[in-house]
Amino acid sequence: MSEELVEEILESINLHQSFDRGAPHVVINGNRVLSSRVAEGLEIEPEEMPDGVRASLRVRRGVKIKPPVHLCFGMLPEKGVQKILLYVEIEDEAEVSFMAHCTFPNAVDIQHLMEAEIRLGRKARYSYFERHWHSEQGMVRVVPVARIKLGEGARFSTEFELLKGRVGAIDIDYHTDCQAGSSAEMKARIFGRQDDRIKIRESASLDGEASRAVLVTHIAVRDEAMAEINNEIIARAPYSRGHVDCKEIIQGNGVARAVPVVEVRHPKAHVTHEAAIGSVDSKQLQTLMARGLSEDEAVDLIIEGLLS
Amino acid sequence: MVILEVRDLGLQIDSALILNGLNIEFWEGYVHAVVGPNGAGKSTLANVIMGLPDYRHHSGDILFEGRSIKNLNVDERARLGITLGWQEPARFEGLKVSQFILASAREKNKDEVDRVLELVGMEPTRYRNRAVDKTLSGGERKRIELASILAMKPRLVMLDEPDSGVDIEAMERIFEAIVLLKQEGATVLLITHSARVLEKADHAFLMCSGMLVDKGETGKILEYFSGKCLPCPHKNVPDLNSAGETGGKNV
Repeated sequence: MSEELVEEILESINLHQSFDRGAPHVVINGNRVLSSRVAEGLEIEPEEMPDGVRASLRVRRGVKIKPPVHLCFGMLPEKGVQKILLYVEIEDEAEVSFMAHCTFPNAVDIQHLMEAEIRLGRKARYSYFERHWHSEQGMVRVVPVARIKLGEGARFSTEFELLKGRVGAIDIDYHTDCQAGSSAEMKARIFGRQDDRIKIRESASLDGEASRAVLVTHIAVRDEAMAEINNEIIARAPYSRGHVDCKEIIQGNGVARAVPVVEVRHPKAHVTHEAAIGSVDSKQLQTLMARGLSEDEAVDLIIEGLLS
Repeated sequence: MVILEVRDLGLQIDSALILNGLNIEFWEGYVHAVVGPNGAGKSTLANVIMGLPDYRHHSGDILFEGRSIKNLNVDERARLGITLGWQEPARFEGLKVSQFILASAREKNKDEVDRVLELVGMEPTRYRNRAVDKTLSGGERKRIELASILAMKPRLVMLDEPDSGVDIEAMERIFEAIVLLKQEGATVLLITHSARVLEKADHAFLMCSGMLVDKGETGKILEYFSGKCLPCPHKNVPDLNSAGETGGKNV
């Protein structure tokens, strides 16, 4: 039974043929851990809860996990709540990358709530790519909250992508504290349609000397969808550098609001920002329509490119 | 056989008469050129035929294979097989060359992308994963646009100033693609004021001030470039009454 569910989940994200079961991974459906595998120096301890899964992930000091660790969070039923509580610790000079897929292929009323506490030790490296697959018709409420602490010289990057299917409602809240010489890069790319609601709050506090942060948010909204982006960098230390980049595209009756906040509390710190909200270029649209694409198809393709 | 007929076409934009009672028939399978000085209405004619949103308020009619397409949108006309290559092709930030070509291709596979890229002289391995953006030169984007048109396998292709912004080698590739389009059965309409492009056509129309003032063999229309049109004293404001009487030779 578990094997069938794993297959179904992997099929929903087109990975049923290419998924490497020998590589480190965790596959979860609802509150059940269907499959997991670790590697030397990588510890994963999942614990099932009534409405989700609590898991701690640890990479031991100096261990470099080469293949990406695949995390797959799925909810195959039409309705339900899935809570994921993650505690992640990447010890000094350890290295790991995660490839996460969240899939809700049959969603009608699903809540996916994630709370993560992530700690990177000195000179640790961590990258996390998260792709969401939602149903075309359903309603998913996604609320990821992450608190990240970076040790000296640590490097952290995260990328959130939701381009296929309906967003439903998403409310991202990530905050990173950066110690000396560390760097944080947080990206989000989301395409909202119909009455989807997108809220993003990403922030970074540059506390240590020469720490760096880049917050990039590229959002497209069409139909009646709405997006509100509040990204903030506070630089408190000398030679700290930050950049906030908000780019939003609106089409139809979509509404977008971008509020980049930069705050500098040290004379030798430097933080920049850019925010742009615009519509799909009419010449691009006409070019694709002159090749036979409908207006909707053309808009989707243009936005796919802009968000890539 | 006539594939496209323009009947008494008129268009006014901001009180300026851009097209003025234009009547033209385009024969199927030919390479036609529409020539004339700047402001003659050549590009506007192509935009009206394509049905671009700012050019839909015209008078008269446009018939494609005997059927009026006046009320069809751009994409509906394209699905009949009509398409347009812009003088300055659009840039698509983030969109790969392969995605751009596949969007219009009838055969949606990688081999088709490679085939049409090779036809316009672009090495597939070098270009298929690049973005159709500002990192490509104007000439490269022009050839990629032409590749997308070749993949579409259209019935009627309008190319607006196909030689603009391209180097000599790229120009040769574009000329080869025009020949190929004709061989594949497409009717080609070249919008140009270049004698070099005009020479590639089988037949030409001369426009001035939104009117058709002459038509015929390419060699005949070419004469305007070599002697009669360029020294024109009236700077694109011809004596239209006289033009009508003399077949446009005062233009």
